Amino acid sequence: MSKITFVQHDGETQTLDVENGLSVMNAAVDNLIPGIDADCGGECNCATCHVYVDETWMPKVGLPGAMEEAIMSLNPERQSNSRLSCQIKVSDELDGLVVNLPEFQY
Amino acid sequence: MSYIPQPRTTMLGRDPSSVPLEDIDVSQAALFHSNTMWGFFDRLRKEDPIHYCKDSEFGPFWSVTKFDDIMAVEGNPEVFSSEPAISLQDPDEELNVSMFIAMDEPKHGDQRRTVQGAVAPRNLANMEELIRERAGAILDALPVGETFNWVEKVSVELTTQMLATLLDFPQENRHKLTYWSDVATQVPGPGSICATVSERNQILIGECVPAFMGMWMERAASEPRFDLISMMAHGEATKNMAQERPMEFLGNILLLIIGGNDTTRNSISGSVLFLNENPGEYAKLKANPDLITNMVPEIIRYQTPVIHMRRTATRDFSLKGKDIKKGDKVVMWYVSGNRDEEAIDRPYDFIIDREKPRHHLAFGFGIHRCMGNRLAEMQLRVVWEEILKRFDKIELAGDLVRANSNLVKGYTELPVRVQPL
Ligand code: HEM
Ligand code: FES
Repeated sequence: MSKITFVQHDGETQTLDVENGLSVMNAAVDNLIPGIDADCGGECNCATCHVYVDETWMPKVGLPGAMEEAIMSLNPERQSNSRLSCQIKVSDELDGLVVNLPEFQY
Repeated sequence: MSYIPQPRTTMLGRDPSSVPLEDIDVSQAALFHSNTMWGFFDRLRKEDPIHYCKDSEFGPFWSVTKFDDIMAVEGNPEVFSSEPAISLQDPDEELNVSMFIAMDEPKHGDQRRTVQGAVAPRNLANMEELIRERAGAILDALPVGETFNWVEKVSVELTTQMLATLLDFPQENRHKLTYWSDVATQVPGPGSICATVSERNQILIGECVPAFMGMWMERAASEPRFDLISMMAHGEATKNMAQERPMEFLGNILLLIIGGNDTTRNSISGSVLFLNENPGEYAKLKANPDLITNMVPEIIRYQTPVIHMRRTATRDFSLKGKDIKKGDKVVMWYVSGNRDEEAIDRPYDFIIDREKPRHHLAFGFGIHRCMGNRLAEMQLRVVWEEILKRFDKIELAGDLVRANSNLVKGYTELPVRVQPL
């Protein structure tokens, strides 16, 4: 189990205990955290699970892969700390991770 | 050797299980016109999910019929290219318009990024009230007690007004938008909207381009605004397009008009049909109008307004053990993937409170995933919110007529009667 914190666009915060191995997207969807649509179900094919990773966590979370980069690059709200949450796997190393949700998903 | 068309096996009227697997040809428009394609796709998904059709009106092609396989093709744009065309029909040599839906990276992304912001949910929220007002006015004017064609009086009217709003196109000329979209999408010929190719090109080059060129000049000379034309006239990758690459300009304008025209129109029509076919769901909706948000993506899945998209292999590639050769046409049948029981629970049922209703293929996936998907959902939601405020029932009152196309799944006639609350 690792703690993951979701910060809504309006500042509201929720922290979950998430089983290692699940994706951050899975955790949000399973716990009805609003703001993550995940239309493709985690296949890196829709970009509706977009989050901004807290800057201090970026070195641990790492950069997007090629497919993720390709689809995310179409989003005008994309920033240097943008990731698709279905591509972030929860592990001990990410215990305490904070992700910020965008105002909306495309 | 040139390609000589052979007499082909007609699928219409055949029992899908009686046709030899290798002779199945799901590209025949008559199947969709008669709504009898389902059995053929059920069989392909079960027996040969990646199927080679050696001969058709469009030459040989591969059919991808299962949800996950379609997703895999969408996710591999280096192998499965959107050039030169995204439908079975090859591009028209006479009218060489280029649209970003039919481009690969990096051009596709450069162009899409400049217009994507126009349909940002933040922007849509600004447009919603206008769309609601216009939808309300259309519904208020419907003839109570008469049978009329819902397609013409509601679906076409609503989508046309919405397009005019999106482009900030003069409302009084809005019917031109639908007209140009029809001109651009229908194959010219007897009985079609244009009898000849040259007539069609004359309309597009002689009428459509100058009209948008004028709007473009005006927007380019003004402060940036939030309509699509203004965004393109000021966007870094697009601002020189109208002058330097006029066919690309025409292509992008047409893409926005076509993209948001038939698709949304046919979803609005389909929703009335599905609720009539499923009175239990209609009752559920009326008892709980909050279900609209969940119903909307289910309508879009169930309708699947875009029947297929095509890709072309850029190199030899093995897909689930099938050897696809460089240059082969690969067709993703969304209509089939959206009825795949391995991806969707009870896929043939229309269930307005379905779990995860957005898990469908109607908008495609990957880098070309529909740019207007949130806009389309918003329109359908607003339409149903306004319908429920006014009508006890929209009742089917005659035989419907379906579109004769293997690309656009839709209706030309849907006779209904409306009963006010
Ligand atoms: C229910 C309504 C709609 C449906 C079912 C639909 C469906 C689709 C599909 C299947 C694609 C191709 C996806 C792919 O190749 O993976 C697409 C692309 C596109 N659609 Fe829609 N569409 C709808 C409404 C709209 C609206 C309202 C607009 C207006 C803005 C629009 C604009 C576009 C554009 C610009 C593309 C090209 C995207 C790209 O190539 O990057 N669509 N749509
Ligand atoms: S859920 Fe679709 S990209 Fe993450």
